[in-house]
Amino acid sequence: MNQQTGTDRVKRGMAEMQKGGVIMDVVNAEQAKIAEEAGAVAVMALERVPSDIRAAGGVARMADPTIVEEVVNAVSIPVMAKCRIGHIVEARVLESMGVDYIDESEVLTPVDEEFHLDKRKYTVPFVCGARNLGEALRRVGEGAAMLRTKGEPGTGNVVEAVRHQRLIQSQIRKISSMSEDELMTEAKNLQAPFELLLQIKELGRLPVVNFAAGGIATPADAALMMELGSDGVFVGSGIFKSDNPEKFAKAIVEATTHYQDYELIANISKNLGIAMPGIEISSLKPSDRMQERGW
Amino acid sequence: MVKVGVLGLQGAIREHVKALETKEAEIIVVKRVEQLEDLDGLVLPGGESTTMRRLIDQYGFLEPLKAFAAEKPIFGTCAGLILLSKHIEGVDGSHIGVMDVRSKRNAFGRQRESFEAPLPIKGLEEDFIGVFIRAPYIEEVGEDVEVLATFNDKIVAARHGRFLACAFHPELTDDDRMHQMFIDMVLEFKKEGLATE
Repeated sequence: MNQQTGTDRVKRGMAEMQKGGVIMDVVNAEQAKIAEEAGAVAVMALERVPSDIRAAGGVARMADPTIVEEVVNAVSIPVMAKCRIGHIVEARVLESMGVDYIDESEVLTPVDEEFHLDKRKYTVPFVCGARNLGEALRRVGEGAAMLRTKGEPGTGNVVEAVRHQRLIQSQIRKISSMSEDELMTEAKNLQAPFELLLQIKELGRLPVVNFAAGGIATPADAALMMELGSDGVFVGSGIFKSDNPEKFAKAIVEATTHYQDYELIANISKNLGIAMPGIEISSLKPSDRMQERGW
Repeated sequence: MVKVGVLGLQGAIREHVKALETKEAEIIVVKRVEQLEDLDGLVLPGGESTTMRRLIDQYGFLEPLKAFAAEKPIFGTCAGLILLSKHIEGVDGSHIGVMDVRSKRNAFGRQRESFEAPLPIKGLEEDFIGVFIRAPYIEEVGEDVEVLATFNDKIVAARHGRFLACAFHPELTDDDRMHQMFIDMVLEFKKEGLATE
């Protein structure tokens, strides 16, 4: 039979199935099961959540394969894992382990400051972070099958994710209203592939699924990102750094599904306990801003 | 004109709406139980079946969906097939559990093994591109179930009376023939219902 794996449709389609859902960072099998039980659509297997990576400093690398394996064996929902930007071998190792999606992530220390991975060459699909449409489309051009805002990971402060999502959405609206003869100049300005601008104009949206990530800490934060046009949300430190991970996880899933049902969000936000501690972005040293990693 | 809902809790909702919109049908995205009333048919989209089941339970959708299934046609794709199956390999009990099949989750493997392939489907003249994403298949069917398609001897599409299900994702292609098949079922069923009233 004529059977093809790793096609764009298969890779992007996988992300389509995640829409309207929450993807949660986990560091062991127990957390993965809590996430699955709460209704997460996927888990991201990590050695440390972003706020701990931030606190630890030094070089952050791909997780120990034992942890990834433990999580893969613990749940039936898809498992994602992070590799360093540009790290061909970490990506291949994760692919060989049967990870369902790889995040080429600025949360880890980049290994290549010039080149991102050529993600078209892999069978496994990739998700990448972006702060604006140009960055988003460069990643799609390299073969990313899913996008997410970068936000500022591990801060519990959603302001950067809001900034990135608002900017991307307004840049999409601008392209949708442009005439075709203006698109090449816009492609030059955005430093993005022309063909992808044509696609955006035709579709009125990105050609791949776009989640929100980076700083989401409460059910209301998750609902806000949905309101701003995200297809779903990643929650990193927000769940397992809160007072009551089970309750937080369930509440964030519900708020994402019913992001315009404010009474419901009020009810699920009652007595949730304390959210993860937040960090004011302006207090971060420039070198601690993870979103500046990659281009 | 018929009224068809797409269960809107999670997954590829927009794609199903788009595929159905071109048909003679009014499309409703169903997020609340009361929206099931006065629908003529329902689509259960692809997504994460574990997640969908959690949301179905949380919003008290299970009994209303069972009641709906007792009367009206349903089309399930991928996770939707799992929700419809009477038996699921390795799982005690079922979800809506109205289609007399035994299905197996993620039966073709993980995302790495996900694939697309042309499929001959009973009732369609030309092959249909099946997009299989961490897809299930049907291991066994009851005697009233009609097998519509197989891939490498695995059953990947079937019909049981007013229930239609496939392991792949017709909503991810521009080919709307499977959706047309379902709309025809809904129309037929509505006509029969009116005739017997």
